[in-house]
Amino acid sequence: MAMIDEPLYPIAILIDELKNEDIQLRLNSIRRLSTIARALGEERTRKELIPFLSENNDDDDEVLLAMAEELGVFIPYVGGVEYAHVLLPPLETLCTVEETCVRDKAVESLCRIGVQMKENYLVDWFVPLVKRLAAGEWFTARVSSCGLFHIAYPSAPDQLKAELRSIYSQLCQDDMPMVRRAAASNLGKFAATVEQSYLKAEIMSIFDDLTQDDQDSVRLLAVESCAALGKLLEPLDCVAHILPVIVNFSQDKSWRVRYMVANQLYELCEAVGPEPTRVDLVPAYVRLLRDNEAEVRIAAAGKVTKFCRILGPQLPIQHILPCVKELSSDSSQHVRSALASVIMGMAPVLGKDATIDQLLPIFLSLLKDEFPDVRLNIISKLDQVNQVIGIDLLSQSLLPAIVELAEDRHWRVRLAIIEYIPLLASQLGVGFFDDKLGTLCMQWLEDKVFSIRDAAANNLKRLAEEFGPEWAMQHIIPQVLDKISNPHYLYRMTILQAISLLAPVLGVDITCQKLLPVVIASSKDRVPNIKFNVAKVLQSLVPILDQSVVENTIRPCLIELSEDPDVDVRYFANQALQASDQVMMSS
Amino acid sequence: MNWNGAEDAGLPAASLPPPPPLEWKFSQVFGERTAGEEVQEVDIISAIEFDKSGDHLATGDRGGRVVLFERADVRDRGSRRDLERQDYSISRHPEFRYKTEFQSHEPEFDYLKSLEIEEKINKIRWCQTANGALFLLSTNDKTIKLWKVHEKKVKRISKMNMDDSQAIGNGSIASSSANSPRAYLPNGGCSERPYNHLSSDFLFPPGGFPSLHLPVVMCQETSLVARCRRIYAHAHDYHINSISNNSDGETFISADDLRINLWNLEISNQSFNIVDVKPANMEDLTEVITSAEFHPTHCNMLAYSSSKGSIRLIDLRQSALCDNHFKLFEEHEAPVPKSFFTEIIASISDIKFAKDGRHILSRDYMTLKLWDINMDSGPVATFQIHEYLRPKLCDLYENDSIFDKFECCLSGDGLRVATGSYNNLFRVFGCVPESTEATTLEASKNPMRRHVQNPARPARSLGSLTRVVRRGEATGVDANGNSYDFTTKLLHLAWHPTENSIACAAANSLYMYYA
Repeated sequence: MAMIDEPLYPIAILIDELKNEDIQLRLNSIRRLSTIARALGEERTRKELIPFLSENNDDDDEVLLAMAEELGVFIPYVGGVEYAHVLLPPLETLCTVEETCVRDKAVESLCRIGVQMKENYLVDWFVPLVKRLAAGEWFTARVSSCGLFHIAYPSAPDQLKAELRSIYSQLCQDDMPMVRRAAASNLGKFAATVEQSYLKAEIMSIFDDLTQDDQDSVRLLAVESCAALGKLLEPLDCVAHILPVIVNFSQDKSWRVRYMVANQLYELCEAVGPEPTRVDLVPAYVRLLRDNEAEVRIAAAGKVTKFCRILGPQLPIQHILPCVKELSSDSSQHVRSALASVIMGMAPVLGKDATIDQLLPIFLSLLKDEFPDVRLNIISKLDQVNQVIGIDLLSQSLLPAIVELAEDRHWRVRLAIIEYIPLLASQLGVGFFDDKLGTLCMQWLEDKVFSIRDAAANNLKRLAEEFGPEWAMQHIIPQVLDKISNPHYLYRMTILQAISLLAPVLGVDITCQKLLPVVIASSKDRVPNIKFNVAKVLQSLVPILDQSVVENTIRPCLIELSEDPDVDVRYFANQALQASDQVMMSS
Repeated sequence: MNWNGAEDAGLPAASLPPPPPLEWKFSQVFGERTAGEEVQEVDIISAIEFDKSGDHLATGDRGGRVVLFERADVRDRGSRRDLERQDYSISRHPEFRYKTEFQSHEPEFDYLKSLEIEEKINKIRWCQTANGALFLLSTNDKTIKLWKVHEKKVKRISKMNMDDSQAIGNGSIASSSANSPRAYLPNGGCSERPYNHLSSDFLFPPGGFPSLHLPVVMCQETSLVARCRRIYAHAHDYHINSISNNSDGETFISADDLRINLWNLEISNQSFNIVDVKPANMEDLTEVITSAEFHPTHCNMLAYSSSKGSIRLIDLRQSALCDNHFKLFEEHEAPVPKSFFTEIIASISDIKFAKDGRHILSRDYMTLKLWDINMDSGPVATFQIHEYLRPKLCDLYENDSIFDKFECCLSGDGLRVATGSYNNLFRVFGCVPESTEATTLEASKNPMRRHVQNPARPARSLGSLTRVVRRGEATGVDANGNSYDFTTKLLHLAWHPTENSIACAAANSLYMYYA
């Protein structure tokens, strides 16, 4: 055993623990691989550490994942970009393990290293690696290779490029569906590096094969590359090659394929240009909006605004709006919910008249939907419509729906609507709010569910911030203070909570005149929980009130509470007294 | 054996004359009982499955164990591709040797439902092999697990920087020995480690420290390790009766009495319900799912069988919820007058797709039926398994044997089918039109002891067959014929994917035969 100098013990242990039995220690050592590398120096890192890692690769997945990640940023520790290629062998073996997340990380690290490597090094080291993986015995290696072509290809000389293209096309016909899937999902990235002439000839024929694969799971991914390829091709070629494929896909037997098309279709509109969009894509999209399968309609409905934005006002009114009308009364609540979440965005696209004539009835029917998610999705985007049609029209139709949601029997729905109230208040203004929503806000303070009462108290605070103290004095405070006489102590507690939240917003005067007397009176409550909450509220009031008020009103009350028979009341009263002492001292 | 429309059913090798009946010979037995040895309940085999190549065989038992066997007659175990290319010499029959075993499931208790969950392995399915490691799914009533079995190098590590004596000598380093207490941080890191004291301004010389070196790892031998990679749990309210891998290599299904769920192999915390036959009111329940299997090549197609004797084919492409089948296979005419037992014995206990993907084999209590998925008017062939039991259905009902779930299997070439029966018997039928092959074998070292080669008329001669069999065991049968041994039933068997070799389970013993 070599003798180790005292200061090197930590590193020596770190190195030894690369092979410890405890996985946590191994993991820790791998995460500090850069420290080990610096301690060994660049040359020994290249000659010893990296080969050591290459050989010891049958570790647990967590360790391998960490190793794959570390090696991706290891170039500085092996001596810079000239030596980057020494990092390839350990990553190559990591590309073949069966755990997908390790392979993906290894591919990611290889790409990260590859983009930094010099061209001739890429040809000498990186391209052969890609070829080896692509010819791998197990599908895992071949799957990984698919994600590396776009790095290897650009720097390769012509002959090698031809070879790489033909290897890729073979991968697209691999026996294993997993490999074909990887090839399909990486096709877009690879195609972006291929020259225009080969793009049309070779990549498109690969693409055609993938679109006719027997396995749904492969065709599904081919749809994804449609949009990517479409953007690479000239509009004319795109119309000639991609358009027929996507139109076919939109009528595929498999709902999963149609679902993918519904998600991707709008991206192609720009690639093919306006005329083919009108002639082919709009009818395809209309078909998807009326698909038999609810999942497809959900995807299509969710993209309706994006699609319309590309088309401009005319086409949607003619073709899309009728479908939207149907979808608003779709049998699946999820379809309606998806539609509700985006339909507000159509108002600016269509303009005021069309919105009032066509969209408003749809909004209304969605607002009256029996399914709360649908209604919530509409309400959360109201501001977009407000700008187009104005507040009056909106408020007439809106209010009944809000009232209904505010009284929904699911407390989560009530909670969601409470959270929108301040937003609505700012959008709709004081007048509207006073008439319609004021009473609701008070009702919530006496909800059966704590979370609702809590949210209601917070809501009052945010409203007071929005409309100012004077408004609050008139419209909130009297009603709130009335409720302190509620026979149930839990509701009285909510009022105390509301007071402590409102006090900082309303200012010293109102607090002293209106709020403080109520709090002090509550200190005589018969329920200890109220009493110690009084202590807490008083503590929170100390910093914002005048010293004289604290001295004359608050402290006597707290001292009285600190002699309460209940231990919790005494505890919180003493806490508050201590806090007030500190405030006094500092001021 | 009845043939319906066999001519246009496109059965394998329909134009060729039926192949001659196979001469079955005993090959091997694992876990043979010595005379008088009691069978332990936990040792009873409850699942058998060959992998796709036929190089491996897995069995599961009631004790939650999975035992793996590997083919022993392939000497040069080269790369997988070499093996694929290699032609096995015809003279050799598959021979297997014990490879390893592991505890797949443990008994559990569901506290919410006050339910014991048995550890019994209900099904085993092999997954795609990768990197020389074997992968398989095993399931009990509730939980499916993905196992990886691979050779792990046994490492000996030497030449550490710090040897033990040094470590003991230095108090600050003693914490590196594995058994000393450590403070782990919540993120899995380890606090209070000496190297955390390495200050950031510690200077590394450009050439590094020559005194430091990497440990030397030597591996001479390897050992076989089974690791549970994923657990797919909490998705079934009822007992899982089948699992089946999809040909896309990334998904599988699991079926219980009322639902079928679709999983991605990589994602264990969510699954999609694709079939749900649970009625709104459980009192309306008339039919349950008994078995489900993916099509061998079409990743969108799967079949499931029901307790009413029907098989439904569903297409995952049609919709996300596959409550509507696109094909229904059931026997329309009632060949015998209805009795109390008609419905019970119609229940299908197992279905298997043939390798060609065109035929489905189903097993109900009394028969094997072969269906052509292009012909939904009725089965293309029906094979009677143990017609002599028909008069005894009442007894079988009373001792619950009528609910025994027999499995069935097809040969790799699709020319023959096999299934089990009582008295440790199993039957092999030729399923090519005109084939008269109907062999009865016993799971013992002398399979042909009760072997009866059916001479001329296959279907109608079953009566004589019954008599022959009875005569064979005349000593054990009383005048009423009541003493059939319904406890020795052969429920589980599997046909080698490429050769004529059958593995079958008789209680705790695994018997293998070849022809």
